[in-house]
Order: sequence, then C-alpha cells, then structure tokens
Amino acid sequence: MNNLIQLSVFIENRKGKLRGVTNVLASAGIDIRALSIAETQDFGVLRLIVNNPDLAYDKLRENGLVVKKTNVLAVEVDDRPGGLDNVLKVLDENNINIEYMYAFVEKKSDKALLVMRFDDMNKALDILTKNNISVVESKKIYEL
Amino acid sequence: MSIYYQKEIETMDPEALRDLQSKRLVELVKYVYSRQYFYQKKFDEIGIKPSEIKSVDDIKKLPFTTKDDLRENYPFKLLAVPLSEVAEIHASSGTTGKPTVVAYTNNDLKLWGEVMARAIVCAGGKKGDIVHNGYGYGLFTGGLGVHYGSLTGGFPVVPVSSGGTKRQIMLIQDFKPRILTCTPSYSLAMAEEAMEMGIDPKELSLEIGIFGAEPWSESMRKEIEKTWGLKALDIYGLSEIIGPGVAQECPGQEGLHIFADHFYPEVIDPKTGEHIKEGEDGELVITTLTKEALPLIRYRTRDIVSINYNTCPHCGRTLPRISKVKGRTDDMIIVRGVNVFPSQIEGVLLSIEGVEPHYVLEVERVGSLDQLTVVVEVNESIFSDEIKEIERLETKIKKEIESVLNLRVNVRLVEPKTIERSMGKAKRVIDKRIN
Repeated sequence: MNNLIQLSVFIENRKGKLRGVTNVLASAGIDIRALSIAETQDFGVLRLIVNNPDLAYDKLRENGLVVKKTNVLAVEVDDRPGGLDNVLKVLDENNINIEYMYAFVEKKSDKALLVMRFDDMNKALDILTKNNISVVESKKIYEL
Repeated sequence: MSIYYQKEIETMDPEALRDLQSKRLVELVKYVYSRQYFYQKKFDEIGIKPSEIKSVDDIKKLPFTTKDDLRENYPFKLLAVPLSEVAEIHASSGTTGKPTVVAYTNNDLKLWGEVMARAIVCAGGKKGDIVHNGYGYGLFTGGLGVHYGSLTGGFPVVPVSSGGTKRQIMLIQDFKPRILTCTPSYSLAMAEEAMEMGIDPKELSLEIGIFGAEPWSESMRKEIEKTWGLKALDIYGLSEIIGPGVAQECPGQEGLHIFADHFYPEVIDPKTGEHIKEGEDGELVITTLTKEALPLIRYRTRDIVSINYNTCPHCGRTLPRISKVKGRTDDMIIVRGVNVFPSQIEGVLLSIEGVEPHYVLEVERVGSLDQLTVVVEVNESIFSDEIKEIERLETKIKKEIESVLNLRVNVRLVEPKTIERSMGKAKRVIDKRIN
C-alpha cells in the first residue's frame, strides 16, 4: 500500500484557530509527521500526515471541524543537490501535474521525504516506480 | 368538483368586492372606536371621526397599528369584547420581551375555519382528501388554523403536529394523505428521514404541500417538489390577523390570493407610509374587516410583497394576489442604494450544490463605500484539500449573488456551526454601519 492518507482541515485565518486543531490532536495523543498550510486572506487549509489518520479524523470531526481525507504519496528523494530536480524531471517528462507538495518534519535517514499530491495518482505512482524512485509504504510513514 | 370553496366571493366582480369592503370598513371603524379604547384615543389624537370614513378610499386617513402596539397592550387591553365572549387565545413567540397575544370569539373561529378551508381548496384540495397536518399545535396558530379549516371544509385531518418524524413517515405511508401541511423546512427534514428509512418520498401518496410560517425561496420550492413529487404551494398568514389562511397560492403558482373580503390589503412604502404602485415592492398592511375579538386597523405586517389586482389566469379568482414574501422590512438592508433581502441570498445558496443555507450578511462602511459580505459556513461536501477548488466555489457563490443583486459582494467562508443558530427566526444581518 503506497497511498498515504492526508487529512485536510478547514481553518479560518484568525488568531487561535490553528491551535484549536493542534490541541485536539495533542489531547488524542496523535503524532504529526508532516504538515503544510495553504492560506488565503480569510481561510487556510491545513494538510497533515499523522501516525493514526483514522483516529485523528474522528477526533477532529467530533470537535466540529471540517476534515477531508485525501490520498497522497510519500516520495523519497536523495538528500543532495539535484535530488528533487531528478524527481521533478521524471514527472515533467511524463506529463504528470503536481497539485501541491511539502516536506516531512523528520528525516528517515540520509533521504528526504516529500508528500506529493497529483491530479492522476495512479499514473504518478506507476511512472515513479518505473523510474526507480522510491515511494514509501504508508505503513512505514505512520510508524516513523 | 369545484375549484372554489366560496365561488360567489372568490370570483366576485372587483367593483362589488370594493363595495363590500367599503361597507365593512365603515362598520368596522364605528366598531373599533366604540369598543377599543386604544383606537378611540388614536383616532382622537389625529382628529378623525368614524363618520368621515365612507369607503375604502378613506382608509388612508386611518392610523397604522404596529406590533409594538400589541405588546404595549399585553395581554388583553386591545380586546374589543369582554373575556366572557372570547373562545380562544393564542400567543406568538416574543423575540424581544413579552409575546403578542391574539384572541378569537366563536365567530372569529368560524371565520378562521372558512378562510382556511378556502385556502385548502385553492391549493387543489377536494372534499375527503386527508390532510397530514405537521404544523405545531399549541399557542402557535399554524396547527389549529389548518385544523379548523380541515373541519370546516370536510378534509379528514391528522393532527400529528411537528416532531416525531419517523412516526410521521409511517402515518403517511399507512393513511395515504393527499395533502401535507407544515413548514417548508420541516418538509425537507421529513423527506430526509424517509430516505434514511429506505422510503422514496416520491412513492408516497402526497400530491399537495401547503407550506408557510417561514420565508422560503423559489429554489427551495423546486427542491421540495423534486424530493416529494408534489405541488408545493405557499400559504400566508400571521397570528395578529388570524393565523394561516390570509392568502393562498393556487396551483398556477403566480401569487397568493388574499381573502380580501375579510382582510383588506394595502402595500405601502415602509418609510413614508404612502401607497405604492401596483406591482412594486412594499410593506403589506392589512385591515381585518370582519373580526370581533381583536380587529386591527392598518396593521403593519413588516412583510415585503407586491400586489396584483388582475384576475388570476390560472384559476379565475378575482381576489387580489400578493407575491411570495420577499423579505422583511426589519431585515431589509440597503447597500449602495440597492435593497437587499436575506431571502434573495438564501435562494442563491440553496441553488448551489452542497451549500447549506447557514449564512449571515455583514455590511460595513469601508472608506465611504458600503461593503456587503456574505458569510457562509463551510461543510464537508464543499470542502476540498485544494485551495483552488474552494476559491472556485467562493467565486461561484459571489458571481451568482452579484447577478441576482446587481451589487458587488464579498464571500467569506467560515467554520461550521459558527453562525448563531436561533430557534425560529434566524438573525441574518449584522449591520456594522449602524454603530
């Protein structure tokens, strides 16, 4: 299983709103593996990779937040100059469009990890695998 | 079977109707002057004598009555009859302070039954049709009003009241009523419940829905008709006048026939109090021509409607028609010279897939320019992990509202359940310009 579950949470762009989310996760003993915030003037979308997405999903919803599960891929990139460029080159040459991407908080080893969301997930996975780019199993990410 | 309940009145020649109204008004003015100290005082204050009122043309000389007048005379000071002649007392929810009390003599109840029976027949009801009455029974006039009309008109009535939705569905399945009466929003809640029970509401027996007691838009009507497979018709009424049964849509859905032989309608400019032209929007003012316990002269309903005096091309009724209520004078806002009614915004929101009508309108003055922001709650069906998708939706809402209002607006999405819920009338407008 390579499809990693990402949680997206709607937050108003106001003081204390982000804390509201992290507080729910902290109380439920949930570990955040990676996160990014995409923001507009009025609201933001907080994207999260956590150790237990199902529990986090339930807890956030119980607290009245709007949450969505999305499949993403965790792509391993060599932690050296040109590492990311190599991955993007492969995607570019194969006409794969990246919707968004962000980096992991912790590193597994000498590799860097990226969360990537594509418009065509199956095709992306296929191309990455064929080009020997490692897509980390979701189980491993949750257990990091 | 006739499509009229009282054909001779409902299709009366307009001139004859005017004569009847005038005759009744002349009597009414004498009646209130001699029986309601409140009106005697009001008439004296502006120096008008009952004898000066000779026809409905003179109605302009009479003073208005407002909801505040009713509140200030709580509970019984406005009654025109001794309590021993009162048969029933109702009260409307008091959003601020004391409720408004209304009372009926036995003749008033008879009148109520008569106009409500007219309403059911006007909606397409035929003697013997079962009425599933999901309006609340109690102090609220909805439940009992429909009840009396059903008794008067010969419609077997199921007094189920509101709530206990599962049981309502079961009763509809078993009794096979043709007519459903309840608030439009409750009809949608019932449909949802039916679907959860694995029942398609369209398969049920209902053919006519008589919906009212809250504002609803044309898009909500379409949604109800599609979901239930019935004809959704609007009923108008307010407890101060009598309750439901003041006006009713016929299946042509081109305005509500106001029972003007009992309830004399005027449409005025809410600011100046002057009559406005036929067809233009204004505040509906009603004079009860025939009530005994609590007759009201020129009662300001605060409902915004337009009026049409032409004979209905669908059913042939000559009674004037009022439009669906387009808003309230009290929550109408004027932004850069444009009249904005929350109901217009609601209509747009309901027409967009996945958007729920939980919204509030914020008006503020930025520099010298008024700015209207429509605050809408986000929910799971419209939320996306991609900003561009959410922005696309925001733009869609904005564009559609702008095309309806002809006014530039902002749209702001907020977290669910952050807009205050109220039992009954929702607060839809925050006008920051006032402070």
